Amino acid sequence: MNSGIRFDSVTVAYDGNVVLDALDLTVEPGEVMALLGPSGSGKTTALRAVAGFVRPVSGRVFLGGRDVTDLPPYRRGVGMVVQQYALFPHMRVEENVAFGLKAQKVAKGEIRGRVAQALDMTGMAAYARRHPRELSGGQQQRVAIARALAIRPGVLLLDEPLSALDARLRSGMLAELARLHRELPDVSILYVTHDQVEALTLADRIAVMDSARLRAYGTPRELYRSPSDEFTASFVGNANLLPVTVGEEGVFFGGRRIKVSGQAPGAADTLCVRPHLVGLGDGPNQLEGRVSEVQWRGATHRLYVDVDGHRVMADVRELKDPPSHGDAVTLHFAPDDAVLLAAGGSHD
Amino acid sequence: MTEVVRRVRVRCGLSRSSPRPWGVALPPVAFVALFILYPLALVLQQSCGYADVFTSEGFRHALWTTVWLALASTVGCLALGFALALVIAFVPFPGAKAVARFIDVYLSFPSFLITLALLFIYGTTGIVGSFQFLTTPWGVLLAEVTYFTPFVMRPLLAAFSQLDTAQLEAASSLGARAPRIVRRIVLPEALPALAAGGSLVLVLSLNEFGIVLFTGAKGVTTLPMLVYSKAILESDYPGACVVAVVNVLVSVGLYGLYRVVSRRAGA
Repeated sequence: MNSGIRFDSVTVAYDGNVVLDALDLTVEPGEVMALLGPSGSGKTTALRAVAGFVRPVSGRVFLGGRDVTDLPPYRRGVGMVVQQYALFPHMRVEENVAFGLKAQKVAKGEIRGRVAQALDMTGMAAYARRHPRELSGGQQQRVAIARALAIRPGVLLLDEPLSALDARLRSGMLAELARLHRELPDVSILYVTHDQVEALTLADRIAVMDSARLRAYGTPRELYRSPSDEFTASFVGNANLLPVTVGEEGVFFGGRRIKVSGQAPGAADTLCVRPHLVGLGDGPNQLEGRVSEVQWRGATHRLYVDVDGHRVMADVRELKDPPSHGDAVTLHFAPDDAVLLAAGGSHD
Repeated sequence: MTEVVRRVRVRCGLSRSSPRPWGVALPPVAFVALFILYPLALVLQQSCGYADVFTSEGFRHALWTTVWLALASTVGCLALGFALALVIAFVPFPGAKAVARFIDVYLSFPSFLITLALLFIYGTTGIVGSFQFLTTPWGVLLAEVTYFTPFVMRPLLAAFSQLDTAQLEAASSLGARAPRIVRRIVLPEALPALAAGGSLVLVLSLNEFGIVLFTGAKGVTTLPMLVYSKAILESDYPGACVVAVVNVLVSVGLYGLYRVVSRRAGA
């Protein structure tokens, strides 16, 4: 099985415009790697380089240890699922799923069984005789996944697979994808998304991309708990990013001394605190400010508090008597929950 | 949508229940009747009672030549047009856009221009030398395929530009090479465009006159040529009318058959 992906300094450029800059990244066999980033960050280009639709100007792409850089897409044997499903409209569901098997000259007797198996796996067996236009978006995406899995790929490429679905369907499909991966533990999955929830939920590791470059990578927990730079902090989860000065005497934010447990990475100038770790009322690391906005989100209240001209977000459990605009409030956060970020890592 | 249409109709007095629709419809109907249907009726009337034309060898030969030339041109245009449109749409080469634009211009050329150009190349005093085939039906076929192929390419290029490239990529990543992708993905999507282009070429080549005249093909007499020679050269107007009526019937008949067949094929 040709599982596992390795990017070896892969650079992709169109007309001298670098869209992927020397990407080094390894996806282990059986691992789910999320490529997370805003549009234009190069994440889709990286995926297309694995599929063989873009040719790197330098660097090599390996699939299961084999150099596939010069192979055409049809000889790479990767499964691919894209945002708009790309089902063949004039073929029935079963013909769509059988397409790859026929193209790969699988024995006729075997095709029927493998199509049924792939459709079973995605819960679409009852729709085998339908045409794509007779299916809902979620069902079409299941067929697209079945079609990709039918060829038994070692690597599955998912390019924003849930972006065209509505929110409720999306969380259901996320669970489905996680279940599929448990059933196919040897398949490596490269999951391109701009949605942090999808990445945090599904991925074993996340690679954060920005401006054609890899910014950071690690387990979701690592990236969330101790992000390395501002971009990662604000893209993986929500973040309060406060400008601080770090000196011999400690960490200061607008004249207040802030207690931080972790070590400062060299010259740090930004403090990152997750909004849900900011509490209302007295405590360590107190910040006084005025409420600029209150949002009720059912289980929580999101408070936007103006502290010396800086906006601090606090997600607190639903308040019986929430403050209103202009009220003076006190916020606090534990020294353990704050992370100092390196200077110069800002995204601008 | 239909509600909007209904309201507009009501406001403009075009509602079905309105007593006025005839007032609006009458002028165009009268125009069509006077300038199109009446002359046609005259031709039809002239042709009555001249059935002996049907028995002549020349007529039957012209009928056969017309039909097979039109069918062969259509098949040739569909094959060549599909291949060329595939290359222009899917093979990235510099100037593909310019070629596509040139095809639009080409459609506006008069048909005899192509024939004239072919004469320069293949004619008795042409560049390549004196091939005699230009004066045979094959010469006419070559000229018609050359001239009518863009009529197939135009709708095909429009259809190809609508084709979802993600489908082609999906097919490719599933292990399909170009021929299979063309056969199983592109061709089914292109069927409506092929049907549109093909029916256009069929009707146009059935009634083509300029190309046949210009190739100077003495041995090639098609129905439009027969109408011309009977009416203008022999002043046999009733005979010309009979042939013209047959020409119209063949056109409409073949076109109808083509639509039925292409609809069966799912286009």
